[in-house]
Amino acid sequence: MSKHVQPPSLVTTLAGIAMDNPVMVASGTFGYGPEYADLVDLNRLGAIVVKGICLEAWNGNNIPRMIEVRGGLINAIGLQGPGVDGFVETYMPFLRQFDTPVIVNIWGRDEAEYEEVAARFDDVDGIAGLELNISCPNVKEGGIAFGTDLTMASDLIGRVRKRTSLPLIPKLAPNVPQVGLFARAAEEAGADAISLINTLPAMVIDIETRRPVLANRVGGLSGPAIHPVAVKQVWEAAQAVSIPVIGMGGIETAADAIEFMIAGASAVAVGTANFTDPTTVVRVIDGMADYLVRHDMATVGELVGSICE
Amino acid sequence: MQIEKATVKTHEVVGGDYRELVLNAPRTAGSAVPGQFVHLRVPRLDGSVLRRPFSIYRARDGVISILYKTVGRGTEAMVAIGGGDTLDLIGPLGNGFPAELAGETPLLVAGGYGVAPLSFLASVMDVRGTIFIGGASARDILCVGDFESMGWTVRITTDDGSVGEQGLVTLALDRWLAEHPEAKPVLYACGPDGMLHAVGQRAVAAEHTAWLSMDKHMGCGVGACLACVQRIRGEDGSESWKRVCRDGPVFDAATVVWE
Repeated sequence: MSKHVQPPSLVTTLAGIAMDNPVMVASGTFGYGPEYADLVDLNRLGAIVVKGICLEAWNGNNIPRMIEVRGGLINAIGLQGPGVDGFVETYMPFLRQFDTPVIVNIWGRDEAEYEEVAARFDDVDGIAGLELNISCPNVKEGGIAFGTDLTMASDLIGRVRKRTSLPLIPKLAPNVPQVGLFARAAEEAGADAISLINTLPAMVIDIETRRPVLANRVGGLSGPAIHPVAVKQVWEAAQAVSIPVIGMGGIETAADAIEFMIAGASAVAVGTANFTDPTTVVRVIDGMADYLVRHDMATVGELVGSICE
Repeated sequence: MQIEKATVKTHEVVGGDYRELVLNAPRTAGSAVPGQFVHLRVPRLDGSVLRRPFSIYRARDGVISILYKTVGRGTEAMVAIGGGDTLDLIGPLGNGFPAELAGETPLLVAGGYGVAPLSFLASVMDVRGTIFIGGASARDILCVGDFESMGWTVRITTDDGSVGEQGLVTLALDRWLAEHPEAKPVLYACGPDGMLHAVGQRAVAAEHTAWLSMDKHMGCGVGACLACVQRIRGEDGSESWKRVCRDGPVFDAATVVWE
């Protein structure tokens, strides 16, 4: 008779958000949920982070908006989205059908807009938390201007903090010399968790026309090429704060996700790989459970920050 | 739509740089309609994160096929696909051509491998019409036999005059329209943007309905990433980006806003 072994627990509570497992989908790579619902069981996801929402409907950038490169892609979508009301009316009734926590990624063109967007979600049923996008490289307004200036980032997070009772998760930019300073500033300004990394500013030029390929000229690099950069930034950020860290950047396999958790992430998010293979999130969840069994760990929490140095 | 693991039935050169890939994909084949596409993960394409979209050329008896030209890294890697490969595809995706015709004359306009979904469309129509096929040269003119065997009239144009009439496909289309002033044709077109623009302009000017199958660089293929967008004019006159993969790829020419 075989010994009965309790399956390992992947249950994670992060910034007060209770999740069945620590594997989420990254903002901008999973739409608002229904786009992938025929292909992925949304109830299996640790959380859904929807595409960035600002106050009013936003058109985004001109095309071309995306180009594949070796080991990833560069996008300059420019945060096209339906605005707060459009999102709540069109997508929340759908999303409320699932048990999966919904985290809304928010952005604004200035501080006041960020505050206003955050405040609007306080009264919306079914929102588990807000991810504060201070690191999008693709819009002139807002975005990365806040995420690469320590004072601006700190000030913005503090202002938004006062306007929302929801868990607040600033998403940090990777292209700063000391990400730990930004992580700590976010914690001190009242963040409940931080997520990183956003895409890395990048560019492709067509050598025949000598024109930038993307209409926006520059965009954000994502995909497996950025994974080691992300692991380093997550590792550094996790040491700087006591709030949970959500690690993301180039996850394609359970091993990639586990690496983030060992580096100090309490949860992870799958991004570009959703495009490559929509079953990635489920494979990562299952692979993480297998890993815990192999390493004789009862809970996924044992993995977090378990790096041996 | 679904994710389907498709085995390779055949993979053959159909002329020049064009190949037909035939896949056993019963679930996709069972529900596909003309104008829809599959989003294919190209095997052994190292460092690639995006799938490649292909219009469905044929779908019946559990089998689908696609027609492609080697034009870049992705399609060049596809050349090595062989009998032992199992391909990961998502399909069928997008909205097909509206096939109901109410007795009107269908005019199909194809540029290069854009002929593939139009052959599929012709095969499900219960009326016959005329197909205009344009290409750079004789080797770019595909599927002529498909249409002839279904009883369609085929008009061919090539840039170099190596087969058919020399000139753009719109040359032959313009002549047809001039010769049939009383006709109420419905146009269906698939090909490069420039051709779609030209066909759409003519249809709108003559107040004919035209359905254009757009080809844009795609990311996810399911409407999540917002990479493959097209400016579309709504009924209230307002313009917005529509997703070619999810809201298209077929659009009413009267709604398309050209750059």
